[in-house]
Amino acid sequence: MAIFINEHTKILIQGFTGRIGTFHAQEMIDYGTNVVGGVTPGKGGTEHLGRPVFNTVKGAVAETGAEASIVFVPPPFAADAIMEAADAGIKFCTCITDGIPAQDMIRVKRYMRRYKKENRMRLAGPNCAGTISPGRAMLGIMPGHIYAQGRVGVIGRSGTLGYEAAEQLKALGLGISTSVGIGGDPINGASFKDILEEFENDPETDVVLMIGEIGGPQEAEAATYARDHMKKPVVAYIAGLSAPKGRRMGHAGAIVTSYGEAAAEKVEILKAAGVTIAPTPSDMGSTVAEVVSKLKSAA
Amino acid sequence: MDIHEYQAKELLSKFGVPIPRGGLAYSPEQATYRANEIGGATWVVKAQIHAGARGKAGGVKICRSDEEIWEAADSMLGKKLVTTQTGPQGKLVSRLYVEEGTNIDKEFYLSLTMDRGKERIAVVASAAGGMDIEEISASDPDSILTVVVDPAVGMQGFQAREIAFGLGIEPELVNKFERTILGCYRAFRDLDATMVEINPLVITKEGAVVALDAKMSFDDNALFRRPQISELRDKSQEDSRETYASDRGLSYVGLEGDIGCIVNGAGLAMATLDMIKVSGGEPANFLDIGGGASPERVQKSFRAVLRDGNVKAVLVNVFAGINRCDWVAKGVVLAIEELEIKIPVIVRLAGTNVDEGRKIISESGLNLLTAESLRDAAEKAVAAAKQTPAAA
Repeated sequence: MAIFINEHTKILIQGFTGRIGTFHAQEMIDYGTNVVGGVTPGKGGTEHLGRPVFNTVKGAVAETGAEASIVFVPPPFAADAIMEAADAGIKFCTCITDGIPAQDMIRVKRYMRRYKKENRMRLAGPNCAGTISPGRAMLGIMPGHIYAQGRVGVIGRSGTLGYEAAEQLKALGLGISTSVGIGGDPINGASFKDILEEFENDPETDVVLMIGEIGGPQEAEAATYARDHMKKPVVAYIAGLSAPKGRRMGHAGAIVTSYGEAAAEKVEILKAAGVTIAPTPSDMGSTVAEVVSKLKSAA
Repeated sequence: MDIHEYQAKELLSKFGVPIPRGGLAYSPEQATYRANEIGGATWVVKAQIHAGARGKAGGVKICRSDEEIWEAADSMLGKKLVTTQTGPQGKLVSRLYVEEGTNIDKEFYLSLTMDRGKERIAVVASAAGGMDIEEISASDPDSILTVVVDPAVGMQGFQAREIAFGLGIEPELVNKFERTILGCYRAFRDLDATMVEINPLVITKEGAVVALDAKMSFDDNALFRRPQISELRDKSQEDSRETYASDRGLSYVGLEGDIGCIVNGAGLAMATLDMIKVSGGEPANFLDIGGGASPERVQKSFRAVLRDGNVKAVLVNVFAGINRCDWVAKGVVLAIEELEIKIPVIVRLAGTNVDEGRKIISESGLNLLTAESLRDAAEKAVAAAKQTPAAA
């Protein structure tokens, strides 16, 4: 089943006909993703990559029954595109765009609260590599071939560090149910906790690897959730142990401004909640493997 | 992006925040001239740097005569001011702000920030003005008042009044306080700020409300629509290594160690620094080369990293997703040849076309070491840096 997307999920590309949208849409189609069309305002009625183009998300959903979307729209217009998807009844949206103003994201988050929880779109990102359910569907810009299908759920802020984890897992014979990028922005869609909740309820996921970093309160919130509500084991690596306070490390959100936001502090909080820590980025795969073998011997 | 105090005050005053009269000076002569323009009997000469805690470091001086102003200005200008927030290297003082003296009756703390937990703008205030917020939360946490703003409607007057009454402001001054807080909020919202801090916000003995100090930071992602803010950038306040890199579209943070790093992706770059530390080394920088590690970008990255004279080895760690390792490898070889790099370079490639990429590296005949994994790369880089003599 995986979470959010599988081989049947009908997928829409927002920013379909642009250079970046075109390139990645083709990669997703080649991976076997069920891309049913795209949206580029003003190009409705044409065809692109053998799929129909629509002027509005609402129009596309009405015609194709699309359930998920991926946003490649440039930063000044990306927040608008996400809200359009939310209003059109898209269930899951991932936004790849890097560079969206934080106040635009505050508005997006406020706007999404207009909808009742059961109708509210789930947003992952922005500023992420997307979401992949290996062997089934790819809604992102990752190299699909490094992901093996399996039963480890992965959540991460960073794209390439997520690739690193996928490769380590694959080398150890472990596969992934779904890998969700939640992005490196200070105000983002789904949090670590939101995705942990999905994995806890997914019968095809046995263990979750979360890859956090410095900045913000989301890892601490996830720790509390894992301690109080999860039966499945969680492994975590937190990047930025060597990052100086008050300096922004690439990601807009990767900055330590207050207590609990440094990597070492997050590690302590997660440890105290019973989460298994991968001590270095090179130990992400092996730490998950140890937890998996413990699960097997306990069964 | 950070700006100077005088710039923040100018911006805030346009939103109705009261500030003392003052003027900018680039020399001691100008400083005394400004003081005479302002008039009065006491003035404050303030060093303009992108860091706080200036007062304790000698960057804020109260003066009562032309001579004192001249001396204060002369002692600050052209010097590096080291405060608890600048780091040991300090920040260069090239501008001064001369302000009229203020008869302080009471001091308050006021700031607006992005509350990442609540995902809204939060207004924080305390009656313990003058101290920084970390000190206040340690010594007097109950004095901190917080109001969170609903972005759909913006900050309302009652929310500002709640803060004012909560701070114990006398009723006849509450309106002035309300206007000041709402002005700060509108400046924050309309200019895409990420932080507005007024510390202290004072009530004078004459019964006026005045922002005695002001700090503002802005969202880099929103600068495309705030050209009037972009213009306020002062590169002299930045690490010159970082200015060089950011002018070339690279995300770079200068550090203190001797292993230069070139990595694609911010998370992987942070992880690479961590791995160097774990392996017993010290990274010289964080550098995210960004999407599409083209040969040109690889070369630019090498130039940026090697501007730091402490670098004794360079670690390149690229996990190719969209791009291909063979292309990245060609870029690395080209950069080393063209820039005539003599220090050891360790290259770890992973992802698409990794075998072709490694082949190019190992057959290049250059002083290049390949690494299989991130751990392997970090260990090789640490060993190489230790073997390279200083000032290579």
